[in-house]
Amino acid sequence: MSDEPALTVDTLGRRCPVPVIELAKHIGDVEIGDVVEVLSDDDASRVDIPVWCRMKGHCFLGSFPADVGVALHVRRQH
Amino acid sequence: MPYLDHASAAPLHPAAQAVLLAAYDEGWADPSRLHREGRRARALLDAAREQVAGLLGARPDELTFTSSGTTAIHIGLAGLLAGRARAGRHLVVSAVEHSAVLASADVHEAAGGTVARVGVDRAGSVDLAEMAAAVTPATAAVSLQHANHEVGTVQPVADVAQACAAVGVPLHVDAAQSVGRIPVDVGTLGASVLTASAHKWGGPPGVGVLVVRKGVRWRSTAPADEREAGRAAGYVDLPAVAAAAAALDAVLRESATEVTRLAPLVDRIRAEIPRRISDVEVVGDPMHRLPHLVTFSCLYVDGEALVTELDRRGISVSSGSSCTSSTLAPSHVLEAMGVLTHGNVRVSLGRGTTAADVEELLDVVPDVVGALRQSAAVEGR
Repeated sequence: MSDEPALTVDTLGRRCPVPVIELAKHIGDVEIGDVVEVLSDDDASRVDIPVWCRMKGHCFLGSFPADVGVALHVRRQH
Repeated sequence: MPYLDHASAAPLHPAAQAVLLAAYDEGWADPSRLHREGRRARALLDAAREQVAGLLGARPDELTFTSSGTTAIHIGLAGLLAGRARAGRHLVVSAVEHSAVLASADVHEAAGGTVARVGVDRAGSVDLAEMAAAVTPATAAVSLQHANHEVGTVQPVADVAQACAAVGVPLHVDAAQSVGRIPVDVGTLGASVLTASAHKWGGPPGVGVLVVRKGVRWRSTAPADEREAGRAAGYVDLPAVAAAAAALDAVLRESATEVTRLAPLVDRIRAEIPRRISDVEVVGDPMHRLPHLVTFSCLYVDGEALVTELDRRGISVSSGSSCTSSTLAPSHVLEAMGVLTHGNVRVSLGRGTTAADVEELLDVVPDVVGALRQSAAVEGR
């Protein structure tokens, strides 16, 4: 199981709840166990993406500095 | 057209309306003057002070009327910090306080003081261990809300008061959301300073309450003024103050029956919303909470769009979400709790709210949430 993102979802410049919506739309695009990276410069994402993982049963791996905003890593669990 | 935002502002209580009009006739003079008109105004002001103080378990000379609840917090905290400057410059607040407290903390920090912002659990309840560890004899003051304004969680104020008293540190309690809703007694809470706001309990806007207990070291930081025992500058809005007192008296007389009436309606919203809407979280403490307020967050929905759409359908609520607002920052309360900051709706009931209003809400919200999700093409994900 790799921690390297299999897919990057770029939501830079988009406000909440768009980053979470985009993540929900694309989580199914990767294999179970793979990682989706969401790029976001919206402050709400650092709260709402971990909460989305808790509510939907996926695994939040953490947020990492990016060139713009942050990269939030989510592992698909099911 | 249900108005379900009583926690922002309650409509003027009918008892207050009558007193307000009468006080414009009888209470327009300067209450500090010795002539007949002044004495009449003074009698009204004294009566209002005695009444509000009595209802909050304070002495009349401990109570000051201010121009708003926010002002009461600003000068209440500033005076406490000034009075304790020799003991220390460390202020302890919870992370979910009203912005008036957090902004006061920022000012204190900018002036060279230090601030600890104590975290909360997912229910919004302050971390008692972290709070106890943060409070030392060198702590200048602690500020903790009685109940949270966004999610209704009632804080363990008495426990924190005990921890404060053990080391001789004064406690400010922001009771803006609790007065008139749950019992508020300064002594029982163990508050050194207590603040509240009249328009939350059905009084007119523009009246705040500041209680400074006897023996508490408190020093005004504003230019000297003889009004309100030197605690709050300027002429009080006497008709509004008299009306605020009448409203509080009336609301507290009704409160037992109102709680009995409203609590089951809130319980119904808490039970039905998750049953009727998928991917929704009811937030706030399920047990220790205000009886008239419920908050929930809907995944994939812009909270402000939700409020606007509900308004279009005749239902007035508020939201802690600010996806499109100019502030850009998510609600500090929801963030500190670690719950969804988007799709948030706060429903607060009050006098005049009926069971039919609640049924209307329960019918309309799932529709509106569904439509908003459909337009974002996320329904069923």
